[in-house]
Amino acid sequence: MRRLLSIWLPLLAFALFLLFPFYWMVLTSIKPNEELVSVTANPFWVAHPTLDHIKFLLSSTSYPRWFWNTMAVASAATALSISVSFSAAVALARLRFRGSEGVSLGIYLAYLIPPAILFIPLAEVMLKLGWFDRLWALVPVYSTFLVPFCTWLLVGYLKSIPRELEEAAMVDGASRVRIILEIILPLSAPGLISAFIFCFTLSWNEYLYALVFMSSPAHKTVPVGLATELVRGDIYQWGPLMAGALFGSLPVAVLYFFFVEHYVAGMSGALKG
Amino acid sequence: MRGLSLDRGPLLPTLLLVPSAVLLGGLLAFPLVLGVLLGFKDATIGEAGNFIGLDNYRYLLTDPVLRITALNTALYTLVTVVFKLALGLALALILNQRFAGYRFWRSVLLLPYVVPTVLSAFAWWWILDPQFSFISWALIKLGILDQHVNFLGSAWLARASLMVANVWRGIPFFTVGYLAGLQSIPKELHEAAAIDGASGWRTFWEITWLLLLPLTTILTIFSAIFTFTDFQLIWTITRGGPANATHLFVTLAYQRAIPGGALGEGAAIAGFTLPFLALLAWAALDALRRQA
Repeated sequence: MRRLLSIWLPLLAFALFLLFPFYWMVLTSIKPNEELVSVTANPFWVAHPTLDHIKFLLSSTSYPRWFWNTMAVASAATALSISVSFSAAVALARLRFRGSEGVSLGIYLAYLIPPAILFIPLAEVMLKLGWFDRLWALVPVYSTFLVPFCTWLLVGYLKSIPRELEEAAMVDGASRVRIILEIILPLSAPGLISAFIFCFTLSWNEYLYALVFMSSPAHKTVPVGLATELVRGDIYQWGPLMAGALFGSLPVAVLYFFFVEHYVAGMSGALKG
Repeated sequence: MRGLSLDRGPLLPTLLLVPSAVLLGGLLAFPLVLGVLLGFKDATIGEAGNFIGLDNYRYLLTDPVLRITALNTALYTLVTVVFKLALGLALALILNQRFAGYRFWRSVLLLPYVVPTVLSAFAWWWILDPQFSFISWALIKLGILDQHVNFLGSAWLARASLMVANVWRGIPFFTVGYLAGLQSIPKELHEAAAIDGASGWRTFWEITWLLLLPLTTILTIFSAIFTFTDFQLIWTITRGGPANATHLFVTLAYQRAIPGGALGEGAAIAGFTLPFLALLAWAALDALRRQA
């Protein structure tokens, strides 16, 4: 009885609130239009499920293209950011040099600068560089918010690797580069997995930069494509829109379920100085 | 001894830091400076513009829309952070007890934070639809209302709806943070309190809450930074409407600068957030240092 009140009832309330929008996404994407706009039908159920919305999304819109765009940009930005962050993190966490405190502070401040205040001047930079409406331009742009976060995450992780291993290798005459590649890199695997999940998830979630810098339908990402090509005037295509939101959430959700522990560890690790 | 060696001296750390310095210098620090300068120019899309001193800021201070935006941003941040904190901590306290399927529930209930914001915002937008919202349907069936609620049609309902959607997404951030914090509290403290006969509430306020306080400070500051620079949720669900009632600084800056073409004015609107950001960044740094 006590457990019912202290665990199960509140848990049920949270589950209803936190998971309902996902149920709504799934339900809407298989509900025929007549039922979607019906005033008499029970809105919480579907009488005649259909795949029409999904077929429409895949054949009559550029959705598959947006999906692969997002996948490509997220993968490339993740690869770039992890390499750049790992080398910076090694320097900050494992090597002693003058000015390392200042660099750490700079990385931390960079993490707190939101894209929201950079997109206007960055639009000018993109125009001057001729990077406007170029899909690959999103790769270095996304790295600007991924690198500070990952570096911070990896510095925290690298600091937890005991120095004795390094010192033993140094006594054996190994060079610093070899120590980094053969000792530190393999030991950082869990930290790198966390960084990978965060980079990929954050890239997949990005909206503002892609919205401002990409203009042709062939260069859009999933969130931007759905928001600009499927939401037009007063005709909302709820079925295809929800199907698109559902499929667009899947890659991130699958990755997350595979690595929940790394995700949670990374998120709580990032809150430590 | 060679002059340039990777094994000693500053050459290796320098080489390792060059890529991030180039990237963050060129596409983060440089645009940041450019943005501050742009706030003092009358630039539009296609026109570099001239320096006009404080004119953008002077004009914006007389703009009633900016005043609504500032108040709305403050309210939105304050209300949602309080709810996210309270509900996130409550969920963490539930999940911190061991029970069957604990791992499953923890994974599933963090989903709102993982799924791309714009995509879940679409679901909320549809849930809040003026004609087909199930909330209206249920309230009418229950005999509480006799007509559909236009959730996004009036200023206060729209603000409240956006806050609910934001709280929905932000709860797991606090939950994850607090779960880590709760696990670091020594069990002996709670056992000692139980032996002394302290009630559950007293144990919570005098042990758990007090010990979590430094963590609460950090979580709150981070959440506040992400909330008051929010763009995705607002732009997807209301685009700042109805009648500019739900704008945050960032959505207003976007609306004026990109569709509206007034780059200088947009940059100045974004510039209004800089002092608050600086203050919060300093507070977060202070809190992190004290924790360490």
